[in-house]
Amino acid sequence: MISTERLTRRYHTLTAVDDVSFKAGPGEVLGFLGPNGAGKTTTMRMIAGFIAPTEGTASICGHDIERAPLAAKRALGYLPEGAPSYGEMSVRAFLEFIADLRGLQGATRRSRLDHVISRLALQDVTAQSIDTLSKGFRRRVGIAQAILHDPPVLILDEPTDGLDPNQKHEVRALINEMAAEKTIVVSTHILEEVEAVCTRAIIIARGRIVADDTPQGLTARSRYHNAVSLQLAQAEQYSRAHAALAALPQVASVEASERDLRLTALPQPGESILAAVTELTVQQGLELKTLALESGRLDEVFRSITA
Amino acid sequence: MGHIVTITKRELAGYFATPVAYVFILIFLLLAAAFTFYLGGFYERGQADLLPFFNFHPWLYLFLIPAISMRLWAEERKSGSIELLLTLPVTLWQAVLGKFLAAWAFTAIALALTFPIWITVNYLGSPDNGVIVASYFGSLLMAGAFLAIGSCMSALTRNQVVAFILAVVVCFAFLLAGFPLVLDAFRAWAPQALVDAVASLSFLTHFEALSKGVLDLRDVLYFALAMAFFLIATAFVLDDRKSE
Repeated sequence: MISTERLTRRYHTLTAVDDVSFKAGPGEVLGFLGPNGAGKTTTMRMIAGFIAPTEGTASICGHDIERAPLAAKRALGYLPEGAPSYGEMSVRAFLEFIADLRGLQGATRRSRLDHVISRLALQDVTAQSIDTLSKGFRRRVGIAQAILHDPPVLILDEPTDGLDPNQKHEVRALINEMAAEKTIVVSTHILEEVEAVCTRAIIIARGRIVADDTPQGLTARSRYHNAVSLQLAQAEQYSRAHAALAALPQVASVEASERDLRLTALPQPGESILAAVTELTVQQGLELKTLALESGRLDEVFRSITA
Repeated sequence: MGHIVTITKRELAGYFATPVAYVFILIFLLLAAAFTFYLGGFYERGQADLLPFFNFHPWLYLFLIPAISMRLWAEERKSGSIELLLTLPVTLWQAVLGKFLAAWAFTAIALALTFPIWITVNYLGSPDNGVIVASYFGSLLMAGAFLAIGSCMSALTRNQVVAFILAVVVCFAFLLAGFPLVLDAFRAWAPQALVDAVASLSFLTHFEALSKGVLDLRDVLYFALAMAFFLIATAFVLDDRKSE
């Protein structure tokens, strides 16, 4: 359980985070989105207790981060931006150090260490110093460190940055696996990640929350939501098809790309045009290579909200 | 308390994980010996004591202690590991103290490795070993004060070179606080009481008695207070600018 109330951070004249309030509970994977410099990291640092808010409060599992910092930090697993660690230490020594500061002891300590090492596939590098590891391994050491004490709340700042597609898939699977009983906040600027792991997304721009919705809700805001795009097989049908699509009453506009004979019909708000477009292609005798109904484009929503 | 020990152990292991520790100890021992035998005239004095050895410790520490302390916080800030450390369930106090104690323990190890000179003086004559033990204690105490200053300077910056230079300058000022070089800067404008106060802050004056093996409570207290002051200052500086 994470809750922030009117969280604000000012640096001299710059307001990095402005009046950010949200709540997230167990079972939720909250995606934190925003352009670089929007205030994602500053917000996470305040929740994790690294930076004191100028105004407002944040609490983790009911423990106020300023009034009961130790209790709040115990309930939290945190991966800071860039996954910092102590480079001269070996992976095992580093994780053992974290285990000690997390107060893990005896059999629990051993089993948790074994668990995170195998879960993040670190078995082969436990004796290697962290400095000598690749970026992907370092990120995984950072995640291992964050989940070591099996915390009820996890904050991960760009957990998949620097990972290859397979490793990204692994980390997302791990997040999905933990999502059931934990509250997880993930910051990212990779939009596909939001659709892959998040149950909810907050978009933050210039320090303010500009959208708070499910990924489906966000994509539905796209101009492309329920748009139909088709690709023609024959070049001579192109201009006829373009004109016919544009003439449909439910179609708001048509985006055309003559190079690959692709036409995308955008619906009037609230209209569904798939049936009409299919009917039209039959009527006009258009030969199609592909026909697709779009659910919406998150990157387009993201740009229109944050620009 | 447990967390302080954990942090100290990690930090101390960190010193020995790179060649820096060994290079440092080697240079410390070489310089200590060179000062004692060449500048201090250990043999020429014909006395069975370690005064020529301890006399040079303030000058040895002036450059070598900032070399230890410069990485204490500057490195944590540069690498970002400070964010990891301070979001773990440890207090700022435990972190400041844990790291300081590691640096102090490291200095103690370097200092302990000067034992051959103690064997030498015992072989050549019959010195007052109680005085020597007291002098070692005094030297370690002064090293702690230097380290606390260095810790504070290291917290001020992300750059280790800057931390080193700041620490040398501040340590130098404290070393010579009782001498005209520093006092004249104050005499021009400050009231006599302040000038006297500054003069009484001199590390050299306070170490003088300690180096002769005289454990005056006022000198011990002075170094302990200097440590406390600069460690508290370290915590305040960190709290203010840890995220910059």
